[in-house]
Amino acid sequence: MNLPEPLAQISWLSVLVFSPLAAAAVAAVLRSERAVRWWTLAATLAVAAASVPVALGFDPTTPAFQFVEDRPWIPFLGARYTLGVDGLSLVLVLLTTGILPLCVLASWRYITTRVREFMLGLLVMETAMVGVFCALDFVLFFLFWEAMLVPMALLIGVWGGPRRVYAALKFFIYTMAGSVFLLVAIVALYLMTGTFDLRALMGRGYPLAVQVWVFLAFFVSFAIKVPMVPFHTWLPAAHVEAPTAGSVILASVLLKMGTYGFLRLSLPITPDATRLLAPYLTWLSVAALVYGGLTALAQSDLKKLVAYSSVGHMGFATLGIFTLTRAGLEGAVLQMINHGITTGALFICVGLLYERLHTRELGAAAGVGKHVPVFAGFFGVFVLSSMAFPGTNSFIGEFLALAGAFEASRPVALAAVPGVVLAAAYLLRMLQKVAYGSPHNPDHAGVTDLTLREGLTLAPLLGLVFWIGLHPAPLVRLFAASVQHLLEQTLGPAAVPPAAGP
Amino acid sequence: MTFLPELVLLLGALALFVLSLGEGRDRAAQRVVTGVAAAAVLAALVALPARAELFEGAYRVDAFSQWLKLVLAAGFGLVVLQQGGLPDIPGAVRPEYHLFLTLSVTGLVLLVSCIEVITLFVALELASLPLYFLVAMRRERAGQRVQMESAIKYLLFGVTANGLMLFGLSYLFGLTGTTVLPEMVGRLYQAPPAAALTGLALAFCGLFYKLAIFPFHFWTPDVYQGASNETAGYVASLPKLGAVAVFVRFAALAPPDARVLPALFTGLALASMFYGNLIALAQTDLKRLLGFSGIAHAGYALVGFVALNEAGYLAALYYTVAYLCMALACFAVFSLLAPHGANLALGDLAGLHRRAPLLAVTLAVGVFGLAGLPPLAGFLGKFTLLSAAWAKGHTVLVLLMVVNTAIAVYYYLALFREAFFRDPPEPAPEPVRLGWPARALCLTLIAAILALGVVPGRFLETVSRSLAWTRPGPVLTGQTPMAETAAPPAPVRDLR
Repeated sequence: MNLPEPLAQISWLSVLVFSPLAAAAVAAVLRSERAVRWWTLAATLAVAAASVPVALGFDPTTPAFQFVEDRPWIPFLGARYTLGVDGLSLVLVLLTTGILPLCVLASWRYITTRVREFMLGLLVMETAMVGVFCALDFVLFFLFWEAMLVPMALLIGVWGGPRRVYAALKFFIYTMAGSVFLLVAIVALYLMTGTFDLRALMGRGYPLAVQVWVFLAFFVSFAIKVPMVPFHTWLPAAHVEAPTAGSVILASVLLKMGTYGFLRLSLPITPDATRLLAPYLTWLSVAALVYGGLTALAQSDLKKLVAYSSVGHMGFATLGIFTLTRAGLEGAVLQMINHGITTGALFICVGLLYERLHTRELGAAAGVGKHVPVFAGFFGVFVLSSMAFPGTNSFIGEFLALAGAFEASRPVALAAVPGVVLAAAYLLRMLQKVAYGSPHNPDHAGVTDLTLREGLTLAPLLGLVFWIGLHPAPLVRLFAASVQHLLEQTLGPAAVPPAAGP
Repeated sequence: MTFLPELVLLLGALALFVLSLGEGRDRAAQRVVTGVAAAAVLAALVALPARAELFEGAYRVDAFSQWLKLVLAAGFGLVVLQQGGLPDIPGAVRPEYHLFLTLSVTGLVLLVSCIEVITLFVALELASLPLYFLVAMRRERAGQRVQMESAIKYLLFGVTANGLMLFGLSYLFGLTGTTVLPEMVGRLYQAPPAAALTGLALAFCGLFYKLAIFPFHFWTPDVYQGASNETAGYVASLPKLGAVAVFVRFAALAPPDARVLPALFTGLALASMFYGNLIALAQTDLKRLLGFSGIAHAGYALVGFVALNEAGYLAALYYTVAYLCMALACFAVFSLLAPHGANLALGDLAGLHRRAPLLAVTLAVGVFGLAGLPPLAGFLGKFTLLSAAWAKGHTVLVLLMVVNTAIAVYYYLALFREAFFRDPPEPAPEPVRLGWPARALCLTLIAAILALGVVPGRFLETVSRSLAWTRPGPVLTGQTPMAETAAPPAPVRDLR
């Protein structure tokens, strides 16, 4: 890392991980709801600001882990408190800390009951999510991984829609069932190697049979999180019932945990098994793409529609990963970030509509666009971004992922094309209805356009859509070295062409 | 000094006995028992570094027994706090209740130091007998007479299991000609293996009963349901720790390369887990639910013994201490939530997060600890158990244990769901008022469960080091317990 001297002394990652928790402790004793809201906003903004030095001090030319902190934690078990980021985790940390203030803003009026507890939940979630992306010790990783469960279930189950209890429990049980397999894999690896250090676990050349079992255990856990078809059924329920901020966190960050898990753990720790099974997984990803598109086409509930579109978009990310090509992997990472931005924005938009119309039915929302032109403008851009319109962020990611797929296997790439077309179909249908739909709907009289706060919530995301869409190089540069290194770990150094300049 | 915790408890019991002779002394008795618990904790702290052999080598004060005594004394304090004013015990017998409780704890504290089987059996009985009375002492009212049935059931099962245990002990004595555990070890290896294993397996029955391991579990749900909430909290927690401690001492008798005992433990552990978890899925009475979950957890603890090595014993001990805290947290919530002592059903938890946020959080911490979620103590417990059993190659057992963990999540979630996701029924029940002892109890338990899960280093190290003192004699003389400041135990007498 290259930070000026006084700043280099600070353990930035620990600050990022634990400051939300400290802020939560303060929020717990604040009296008025107003104070809690402002405090949480200030705290999340401060965390976002604290991630800036990490981004600036990060050296993108090396794939090595940076800002590493390593202290003994439970010496008796060999578990250590090890944090560190490489390019892959850095961009996700930035995404997380950046999206959290927007979640607070999006909940400003949406959440009216038990505000303090809600904000506590958000802050605890932030600690856990940043922790997952920074942890380099397997026990620590698992601790943060599981620590997300309870606050997220609470966010859905207490502040969610009518079927919130069902959705929260389904979410909890699915994820928990997945993570027990992860635990088994952790124990198995520990017994073989005697270490929990992720860096030391990579590139060990385990026997193939072991790799396959470990890979499968990882796969169940991460595929549930992504979610990949057929493990996706918890997602629509959770998304539909969750409050806006919950949906945004789910879509923008939580789903990335699964793909991050593949990149951080599956590929480098079990490279042989990955190469063996990747062709099947690309087909599974294509299935997710097409299935997500087809199902989204049939939805009349806006939130459900966006939720199923998530399944499709994350299909692109996993497709990119398992092509095991550089274009594919870079596309996958970009797609993870883009999906975080775009789908998060779409969920915020749907939340804003719901606050105004108290329904999420596509039919009831038809034509509301002409009463709320500013909203319609934002919404239109995000929809275009979601269908990967050239010039927006998703275009780059999906393009690279598809290019990787062509490189890896032509039939897979051809099979993925209908997914792209379907995305255009269901997204344009939604945009057309909401923005231009039926001309006269008496219920829409008096619907107000975006307030300043709401505009501020969406504006940063809009900026990112175009910034990444038009000038992705700085972002790609952050993780290009890590992707290159990851490919070498997975395919062997000989099989990977040296990186061309970005 | 070396005998201080036991003396304090015995004197306390004596004082309570004197009090119980008079009328209307329940307030005084409560004060005395609180004082005794506090004094016992202090005494256990003072006696922590003590090392000695007392009573002709029948009673050994060593690192292993001393930390257990500290945990037991602290647990006693928490149980007393949890019991509060004993609302569900008839006023006339409250001093007696406190007396029996203190006696039972005394039995446990004696138990962890016993290395001679007759003494050990007497201590075990001293810990068990008062429990039968405690269960029966619940207030009688319309529709609440089940406590008598529970007590009788508890007694009959206890007597049967103890009979089996005695029978097993007689085998061990017959084969080795001694009743002192460390002496037994060397000689038992020379005995015919079939007879030795039969003796050991039968001797374990008494402990299986205490731990509620299949097929000695039948009493658990009924006793939990029949006993008052406060009593159930005690029955579910401390005696299990005593039993596991004795288990560790006995397990040293097993030949290290034995096949039969691990197979037996594997079978019983699996049966307990599946039985407990699957039946708990269908429960609505909270205490019954925790009873079945307790059977499953006993199965988990037994997984540690399958490994028959120190990593396994360490895991089992850690897990039991964690379980003690988590079970106490759950029962504390039930006791505080039912001021008149009625049994609670799942639905009675509805809206707990509004009526008593602190109780709801305590319950969540306890329940998720039991479910094994990090960063709570239950997670690390399961983690160490899994590692220990897997390191010895018991892969199938480990996988089935993981499956069980996943099954159990469902009913723990049901508790959580009621407490956090459901609204309180109409008309809304009164908010629960908590006094400062109740608050202190809840906060202590939460802190303990978190601390055991996040910073367990010190504790694990202490336990692990103390395990050196439970090793069979020959090993001990060759390998002095490392890093122990006090003198190692006197070399075991008469090793032929």
